[in-house]
Amino acid sequence: MKDSYLEIISLSKSFRDTRALSDINIKIPEKCLFGIIGPDGAGKTTLLRIITTLMLPDTGSVRIKDMDIIRNYKKVRSFTGYMPGRFSLYQDLTVEENLEFYATIFGTTLQKNYNLIRDVYSHIEPFKKRLTRNLSGGMKQKLALSCALIHNPELLVLDEPTTGVDAVSRDEFWGVLKRLRDNGMTIIVSTPYMNEAGLCDYVALMHDGRLIETDIPDRIVERFNKSLLAIKSDNINKLVNDLRGYSSDSSAYLFGHEVHYYQEKKFSITDIENYLKRKGHEKIEIKGVRANIEDCFITAIEDYGDIA
Amino acid sequence: MVDRKTIIKVNGLVKMYGNFTANDNLSFEVYKGEIFGFLGANGAGKTTAIRILCGLSYPTSGEIEVAGYDAYTQREKIKSNIGYMSQKFSLYEDLTVRENIRFYAGIYGLSDSEIRGKTDILIDKLDLKKAANKLVKDIPLGWKQKLAFSVAVFHDPKLVFLDEPTGGVDPITRRKFWELIYDTAKKGVTVFVTTHYMDEAEYCDRISVMSEGRIEALDTPANLKTKYSASNMDEVFLKIARN
Repeated sequence: MKDSYLEIISLSKSFRDTRALSDINIKIPEKCLFGIIGPDGAGKTTLLRIITTLMLPDTGSVRIKDMDIIRNYKKVRSFTGYMPGRFSLYQDLTVEENLEFYATIFGTTLQKNYNLIRDVYSHIEPFKKRLTRNLSGGMKQKLALSCALIHNPELLVLDEPTTGVDAVSRDEFWGVLKRLRDNGMTIIVSTPYMNEAGLCDYVALMHDGRLIETDIPDRIVERFNKSLLAIKSDNINKLVNDLRGYSSDSSAYLFGHEVHYYQEKKFSITDIENYLKRKGHEKIEIKGVRANIEDCFITAIEDYGDIA
Repeated sequence: MVDRKTIIKVNGLVKMYGNFTANDNLSFEVYKGEIFGFLGANGAGKTTAIRILCGLSYPTSGEIEVAGYDAYTQREKIKSNIGYMSQKFSLYEDLTVRENIRFYAGIYGLSDSEIRGKTDILIDKLDLKKAANKLVKDIPLGWKQKLAFSVAVFHDPKLVFLDEPTGGVDPITRRKFWELIYDTAKKGVTVFVTTHYMDEAEYCDRISVMSEGRIEALDTPANLKTKYSASNMDEVFLKIARN
């Protein structure tokens, strides 16, 4: 990994009995698109709040450009843009008023930095006189991003900007993030959608307050050291259950219209096929496939042994 | 398993809000025991249609029949014959597991003796014995989800609506949830589901894709992939929505 721009060192945080973050260590290079990937309860929001100096960790530290963020919180805030997971603009201001408000807080103006946000803002500019509460979900999201960008931050932190957003808008949103990255911004974005990992330069996979792995997505996938099969038949639900019963060390889970299967011990595809035929499956298709991030995630949390 | 008995019949459904057409002449059928995926971009009109199908809102025009009841004149009948679950609003966090079951069963009109009998069976089946008297806010998300689904089908409805049931949960829990859906459908309950996870669209028997108030496509996932020469549902969705 290149020299890190932001370094998270042994970070832990608890809320009463709940351990939200356990000893997190992550290095984030400059000018990259960095994804924090994990389900609800993984600790993503807590991590981002600490990075943006909105919350103090119990132990550990975060350094940006080799500077401690707590001691330098004012400076960090001046060059950081943050888009929280919960929509938090003023609903009773118009689109334009919200933008002007954020610009003023950071000592700049909408006119001065218009170019920075044009890409995103142009979609909602026709509605600039509209009250924010009357915007659609997609428009609110674009306005929130515009507000986070208005002071030309060098670090942009986004908490689940694509959650609950349809596939088309998600795709557009990632396009915007890529262009910002290409213009030299460092971007940290969290998401519960595993398939968005591939859109990031680097990712950190998180679960239950712990860091599972952090690296370039392709390298994480390369480290998946099991031979993975994609299996189809005429009855996918029965197929999952039958495959789980094939061997004591079987792992089988739904994956789109197929079942992904691996086991620790060596196996023969012909044996599996014959077994499935005996179980009454038809139209059986078995092929080897390359793992993706979701496979890596599933394997990692299965190894944890703490599945509800 | 799916048979051809129709459980939802929609013919020419239109819903207007002032001059805005939220649902523009929808026609489709959903069969008994089918897992029917109802997809579309935000703002495409899915929620409007679901509200009408659940008897919560009147259509402007069109013939709509749900579980054998008319969407204009028999809305209460519709409501008692369906189940509804959404990830966000389903359970009361400050009630226990047992109290939530009791509450929903009561709302759906089950008698006290029925509730008593079925509650323990359900708690057993969900493996929630130890958590039965815990507040819902203190149990893991994956359990909440199983419980929310189970209370939505506790009164044995013919049809259950799942509105983005799997948002935010980890990939293993999400898949376990789908196995629960399969088991339910196998018993003949129709499952009507919306999701933003395109891999989940593949788990459905048939799916419809809405765009700007209209149903642009309706078929099995396999047929849609062939028709739009796409390798997965994500591509199908993007092609339809971008038009």
